[in-house]
Amino acid sequence: MLKVENINVHYGVINAIKNVSFEVNEGEIVALIGANGAGKTSIMHAISGLIKTSSGRIEFLGNDITKEPAHKVVANGLAQVPEGRRIFSQLSVQDNLEMGAYLRTDSKVQEDLDKVYKRFPRLNERKSQLAGTLSGGEQQMLAMGRALMSKPKLLLLDEPSMGLSPILVNEIFDIIKEINKEDGVTVLLVEQNANKALSIAHRAYVLETGNITVSGDATDVAKNPKVREAYLG
Amino acid sequence: MQFFATIINGLSTGGMYALVAIGYTMVYGIAKMINFAHGEIIMVGAYITYVVFSLLGMPAFVAIIASIIGCALLGVVTEKVAYKPLRNSGSLAVLITAIGVSYLLQNVFLLIFGSAAITFPSFLPEGQIHLGGLSISYVSALSLCLTLICTVLLLIFINKTRLGKAMRAVSEDKGAAELMGINVNNTISLTFAIGSGLGAIGGIIYGLSYSLINPYLGAMLGIKAFIAAVLGGIGDIKGAMVGGLLIGLAEAFTITFISSTFSDAVVFGILIFILLVKPAGLFGVNVREKV
Ligand SMILES: Nc1ncnc2c1ncn2[C@@H]1O[C@H](COP(=O)(O)OP(=O)(O)OP(=O)(O)O)[C@@H](O)[C@H]1O
Ligand SMILES: [Mg+2]
Repeated sequence: MLKVENINVHYGVINAIKNVSFEVNEGEIVALIGANGAGKTSIMHAISGLIKTSSGRIEFLGNDITKEPAHKVVANGLAQVPEGRRIFSQLSVQDNLEMGAYLRTDSKVQEDLDKVYKRFPRLNERKSQLAGTLSGGEQQMLAMGRALMSKPKLLLLDEPSMGLSPILVNEIFDIIKEINKEDGVTVLLVEQNANKALSIAHRAYVLETGNITVSGDATDVAKNPKVREAYLG
Repeated sequence: MQFFATIINGLSTGGMYALVAIGYTMVYGIAKMINFAHGEIIMVGAYITYVVFSLLGMPAFVAIIASIIGCALLGVVTEKVAYKPLRNSGSLAVLITAIGVSYLLQNVFLLIFGSAAITFPSFLPEGQIHLGGLSISYVSALSLCLTLICTVLLLIFINKTRLGKAMRAVSEDKGAAELMGINVNNTISLTFAIGSGLGAIGGIIYGLSYSLINPYLGAMLGIKAFIAAVLGGIGDIKGAMVGGLLIGLAEAFTITFISSTFSDAVVFGILIFILLVKPAGLFGVNVREKV
């Protein structure tokens, strides 16, 4: 479904992503784990078109999206929940969700809005509240709901557990599993919380300073001694 | 009686400041820059009306529409040519460029029309409207009505429509807005178009109020409107309107009850006072973001 082939990302002279290749198949949850500064967010931004790759190719559903601007990538069915959530704090909860459906003209938007509210009842109770006044966990839910409103086939999640209490982390990961199983949304999950990510992923890649060093089934990656030492403590 | 007349005068000039201030505030909200060429765009608006009405002999409404469209285009082109290439540079580079654009426009119009003042066409009826014991000139009435109508329409647009919400999304986080599928470049262009179009109306009101225009008119008008935007809380449209009206009132009262030579000093005094006491302006709030 998503094919990343030999991409490089440069920030000035810094080669942040070095010849990275991986793929995500339809129906999967794929985890991308790595330490701070490994380049996880850079990969997510490159896929979404927020930053340019200096070389390589990104293919989604058979289309070359390497050079597509970010606002066009979404239309292919590829949504991202960015690191730090980046909800629109000055807009109401409902307006945030409507922005998620910005490009949609079909008649099912209302239906999907109801679905998001059903999945995240706390958002439903706070519909007209300014998004900036939500708690961290609620903001994460809003960011996920907002991305789901575009009706994505592939959902990129960048550190959804960041800054959340263990109970909330569990809740969010349960929801990710649900979205994958029930709605058939394919998921690419970036996490520093490797334990959690590997527990719900089918496959995983480990990223170290811009290189993919380990890859395989999530259970195998979780057993890898190097990975255990570095990320699973 | 003099008191009420002063209020009406103040609100009328204030309405003109408000229309111009809205342009500063909208552009600041979305592009995080002070468009110092905004005053000159207003000057251009006044000249377009003069050319289309007085020189080409077209009807007033054609002249007004030509001004609005001309200024909107000028705003969009200025952004694309001068500001967009600098979007990722420091704010000092953008500031200097904006000042450069402002002088460029001023000098082009000095070259074409000369520095002498030109008589602006007075296409409004002569005389006054009488309301009870009060009499209001047509310009004052027009200025106030247009300010109110434009502000209300703009607030509805920004708060209720899909495009308006997208505009607010862009002003908060361009990257996140792109992720929603919002075309950030087009949204910024639209903002410049609306702000400059409203500025054109401000320029026409200026011409009608003072009946003389010259290529320097945008400088002082621009600065006072900018102060109005800062007073209201830059980035906030309601604030720009209230700030504009307050600056107009302050000026009118100073002129009537103190001295006309003192009015500019009062306006700049207000600027210094806000910057010291409430830098965020009347409607500006410091939003705390959760991590
Ligand atoms: N805009 C930028 N300009 C310069 N360098 C950058 C920029 N963004 C990222 N980098 C650098 O690229 C490298 C990878 O950053 P990236 O944000 O992709 O890492 P990450 O794996 O997401 O880290 P984290 O887990 O902390 O979010 C880092 O060394 C970072 O300093
Ligand atoms: Mg990151």
